[in-house]
Amino acid sequence: MAFLDYFRTKQKNSANLAKERLQIIVAHERSTREQPDYLPALQKDLIEVISKYVAISQDQVCVNLEKEGEYSVLELNITFPEEQAVS
Amino acid sequence: MSSPPLANLQNANKTKEELPLTEIIVITSGKGGVGKTTTSAALGTGLAQKGHKTVIIDFDVGLRNLDLIMGCERRVVYDFVNVINGEANLNQALIKDKRTDNLFILPASQTRDKDALTQEGVQRVLEELKKDFEYIVCDSPAGIEKGAFMAMYFADRAIIVTNPEVSSVRDSDRILGLLQSKTYRAENNQPPIQEHLLLTRYNPDRVDLGEMLSVEDVEDILAIKLLGVIPESKSVLKASNQGAPVILDDESDAGQAYDDATRRLLGEEVEQRFIEKAKQGIFKRMFGVR
Ligand SMILES: Nc1ncnc2c1ncn2[C@@H]1O[C@H](COP(=O)(O)OP(=O)(O)OP(=O)(O)O)[C@@H](O)[C@H]1O
Ligand SMILES: [Mg+2]
Repeated sequence: MAFLDYFRTKQKNSANLAKERLQIIVAHERSTREQPDYLPALQKDLIEVISKYVAISQDQVCVNLEKEGEYSVLELNITFPEEQAVS
Repeated sequence: MSSPPLANLQNANKTKEELPLTEIIVITSGKGGVGKTTTSAALGTGLAQKGHKTVIIDFDVGLRNLDLIMGCERRVVYDFVNVINGEANLNQALIKDKRTDNLFILPASQTRDKDALTQEGVQRVLEELKKDFEYIVCDSPAGIEKGAFMAMYFADRAIIVTNPEVSSVRDSDRILGLLQSKTYRAENNQPPIQEHLLLTRYNPDRVDLGEMLSVEDVEDILAIKLLGVIPESKSVLKASNQGAPVILDDESDAGQAYDDATRRLLGEEVEQRFIEKAKQGIFKRMFGVR
C-alpha cells in the first residue's frame, strides 16, 4: 500500500536522523576525550611565546593531538593576520 | 605441584560460599531522570530475591529518593554522610528492607552539601560493607560532578541507564569515557569496569514507526553489551506511588524485564523480551496488511 509506505518512510526519518547526528557528535567527542589534559595549558603557553614576536589572539592558535597508530602527531596551526604574514 | 596456588589458598581459607567476593555495581547515566533510581531499587531487590546479600547505596546527596522508591522513607535515622563523618556506625544507618530478605538500604543525606562525600570516606564505608555483602549497588546522581564520580569510582561493574533519545545517549557516551579513565580500576591499571547497557523507557511501537531510536541503534553507537530493555510502563509510576520496587510487581512488563536483567547480571542466558511491538500497528490492523 503506497500511501502507507509514505507515512512509514516519512516517520522513519526522525529516528534515523537522531542516529546519524549521534554518530557524528559521539565520534567527535570521543576524539577530543582522548586528548591529554595538558593540551589547553600548552596552547596557552604557546600563545604567550608567540605573542612576544607577533600580535596574535587565542583563536589564531590551534593545537591538536592526533593518534596515528603507534605514534601521535602534535599539530600546531597558527594563522597570522595578513599584514604580519610577511615580515 | 598437584594443584595451582590459588586453589590452595582457597582451601586454606573458608569455602567460597562463606567468603563470596563482593561486587560493586554502579547505576549511572549522566543525564537526569532516565531511571537510575528505579533501576537501582529493582535490580538491588532482584539480586536479594535470588539469595544474594545486597545493599543499595543512595549517592544522591541532597536529593535522596531511593528511600521513597523503596518505601522506607520513614525509617531513615542516620545516613551515608553520618557514617562517613563517624557520627553513626554502619549498623545504625543501614535499613533492613521489610519486604525482601537479604536486602539493605543506605540512604543519602538530605541536607548536607556534596563535598560531604570524600573519596577516603566512601572507600572506608565500601570496605566495611564488603565484609558483609555480596553486592553493593550504587545509585548515582545525575551529572558528571562529584557525586556521580564518587558513585562510579570504586565500581567493578557499571550499568549505563539510557533512554532511546539523543541527549541521553550522548551523556551515556560521556559517562563511558569517565568510567574508562577516572575510576580506581582505570587509574590503577586493573582490568576495566564491566559496562552494561540498560535501555529504559523503551516504546517498541514508536520504534516501529521510526519515531524512536531502536535497541540496535543505541547498541551501534555506544558499543557496549546489552543487559536488557525495560519498556515504558505505567507499572513504574504505580510502584513508586506505593513505595515498592517495580520488580515486585511480577505481573508487569517492567517488573519482568527487570527480573530478566537481574538474571543476566548473574550470568544466566535470558532471551531479550519487550523489544518487539506487542500487537499489530493501527494501520496494519485497519487494512489487514500482513
Ligand atoms: N520504564 C519506565 N516506564 C515509565 N516511567 C519510568 C520508567 N523508568 C523510570 N520512569 C519514570 O521516570 C522518572 C525518573 O525515574 P528515576 O527517578 O528512576 O530516574 P533517575 O535517573 O534516578 O533520576 P535522577 O537523575 O533525578 O536521579 C520517574 O518518574 C519514574 O517513574
Ligand atoms: Mg535518582
